[in-house]
Amino acid sequence: MPKIRLDGLTKRYGNFEVLHGIDLEMDDAEFTVLVGPSGCGKSTTLRMIAGLETVSDGEIYINDKPISHLEPKDRDLAMVFQDYALYPHMDVAKNMSFALRLQKRPRAEIDKKVHEVAEMLGLTEYLHRKPAELSGGQRQRVAMGRALTRDSSTFLFDEPLSNLDAKLRTQMRAELAMMRQRVHKNMIYVTHDQIEAMTLADRIVVMHDGHIQQEGKPETLFKTPVNKFVAGFLGTPPMNFLDAVIESKGDDTYLTGHNFSLRCDDATLQRLTDYPLQEICLGIRPSDLEYDAAAHADESLSLQVDIAEYIGAQSVLISHSGEQKVMVELKSDTPITLGEELNFRVSLEDIHLFNPSDDRAIP
Amino acid sequence: MSYSTINRLTPYIFLAPALVIMVIALLYPLGYMVFGSFRDWDPSQSIGETSFIGLGNYISLWNDPNFHESLIVTLKFAITVVFVEMIVGVGLALLLDRNLRGMSVLRTMFILPMMIAPVVVGLIWRYMYHPSIGIFNQTLEKIGLGSVDWLGQHALLSVIIADIWQWTPFIFILSLAALQSLPRSALEAARIDGASGWQQIIYIKIPLMMPVLIVTCLLRLIDAFKVLEVILVMTEGGPGLSTEILALRISRTATEFRELGVAAAMSNYLLMLLLILTIIMLAFNKLQEMKAERQRRAVEAEKG
Ligand SMILES: Nc1ncnc2c1ncn2[C@@H]1O[C@H](COP(=O)(O)OP(=O)(O)OP(=O)(O)O)[C@@H](O)[C@H]1O
Ligand SMILES: [Mg+2]
Repeated sequence: MPKIRLDGLTKRYGNFEVLHGIDLEMDDAEFTVLVGPSGCGKSTTLRMIAGLETVSDGEIYINDKPISHLEPKDRDLAMVFQDYALYPHMDVAKNMSFALRLQKRPRAEIDKKVHEVAEMLGLTEYLHRKPAELSGGQRQRVAMGRALTRDSSTFLFDEPLSNLDAKLRTQMRAELAMMRQRVHKNMIYVTHDQIEAMTLADRIVVMHDGHIQQEGKPETLFKTPVNKFVAGFLGTPPMNFLDAVIESKGDDTYLTGHNFSLRCDDATLQRLTDYPLQEICLGIRPSDLEYDAAAHADESLSLQVDIAEYIGAQSVLISHSGEQKVMVELKSDTPITLGEELNFRVSLEDIHLFNPSDDRAIP
Repeated sequence: MSYSTINRLTPYIFLAPALVIMVIALLYPLGYMVFGSFRDWDPSQSIGETSFIGLGNYISLWNDPNFHESLIVTLKFAITVVFVEMIVGVGLALLLDRNLRGMSVLRTMFILPMMIAPVVVGLIWRYMYHPSIGIFNQTLEKIGLGSVDWLGQHALLSVIIADIWQWTPFIFILSLAALQSLPRSALEAARIDGASGWQQIIYIKIPLMMPVLIVTCLLRLIDAFKVLEVILVMTEGGPGLSTEILALRISRTATEFRELGVAAAMSNYLLMLLLILTIIMLAFNKLQEMKAERQRRAVEAEKG
């Protein structure tokens, strides 16, 4: 499969720059997931790769050949649009077979392919309906099907599962995961869904305001985010950020915040050797807080639990410590009383440290 | 009366005056025309003094070669102009549907002819077609091609050209509006699916524009069958009967030949012709829908 590379890709609408020099190299047949908040430029990036938006600056390379001057049809790619973009006057089968019919493939082959994909997406009984007669989720599946009937070398997905219900979404995610092992294709996938990003991606690219914040394997991004934005963006419920100062008391060093004071172990002291400031920001994932009534004050947070959100085996506690809101994720059968001050143990090796002056992570 | 009945009736009560006026304004002249078409009616008589002659006017028209001639001229005229105007208008719209600089000026220029009063259009073209001082013949002579007898031997063609010049813009702007309201993302999807510019036109743009095109075509056809002023000013129906379209013949029958009943019957023939055309067009549209619907039902029945 051809290798895609973005080199300083920039997009301006008039004087307004929305993408500021995106550099990205995707490996052969890699599943790349773009994530980021709404408006950060994910769709724009995808549309530029597809050839639907002009490139203001920089270049897109496929197999080291610049392609930004090529028409979409000459780029050998299929795309699922965020707003479906179905052909309103064609029924589902015609929508799905349009590209193949343009290529003048044999009738039997087209029918076979369409039925195969329709079967996989649960669309068989809708093949002769027009898009206007389908629900949002069904339309989205047709949009997906239209791309999957193609055998392009690159697939672009713009939030292809966003309108499906939870069950269908899980099912389609599994189909996609299976498909990506079966077929050897380049896939670039935009999503808001953490689980989709984590389960499907070979490489996650976190974008913010037209910049790439960090890219890498899902577990790398999750375990070692380079800054507060990435740390806060990946993971649900999101990471808690607590402001603290570094204090020395006697022989020991403490990370002291509004309502807590954690004693640093040697490893943490090591991390802080070159750190120039007094102020520091702690990042603690909700799942790294452990309920322990007996925990000592210098190794735990004392939190008052306001609400427990039951989500099955796990519950999310929304609690506070002074003004600070803190979320905790734990097993639902943990005995918790709402409204009381409870101790939650923090292991320092799980803590992320950030420099509050530039929000960068302290490794 | 219950509250809900009053509620339901309120809109009709408010609409009633307007409806009454509309029905009278619409039906009275129509009724008058139908009534008159069954009578032997001279303009000096009031309609009460005329005598009833049944289908006499219709039958004599049915056998009148001049009426046939006029009908054929009208058909030739209307079908040719609408056909050419549709192709040129839609073609221009497809060509100019892009956001380049200067496009809006160009578009405005294209629709100018439509804004000129038909009588003025007739006069302009009459002078341009003038055998000796008209711009066409002067140009042709200058480049040594000799002159053409525009409003003589080629009168029908000449009035057809003038009509195309005036009314192509109508189809152009409606098609352009239709094009610009097409779902952009469907066109983008087609580009990704590998459709060339031409294939996008054939498979996406034209089918999606179809409802607008059908209505546009219908409006133009109805108008073309009733055309009068431009031809009246340019040729007065001549030479001979070569450009005597129905509207012109109707007006001459009423004023020159003083046969109001015959003129009314002729109008009714024209009305019936237009009605049939409209019905055919609408039925065609409906048929397409029904065919798709039936196909779908069949497939679903097969499944379920
Ligand atoms: N045609 C346009 N003219 C001006 N600005 C635009 C245009 N299209 C997009 N933008 C801007 O570009 C930025 C990126 O848009 P884009 O659609 O790529 O966001 P996104 O990351 O896909 O967001 P979402 O998750 O909501 O789909 C946005 O701030 C948007 O307002
Ligand atoms: Mg988007």
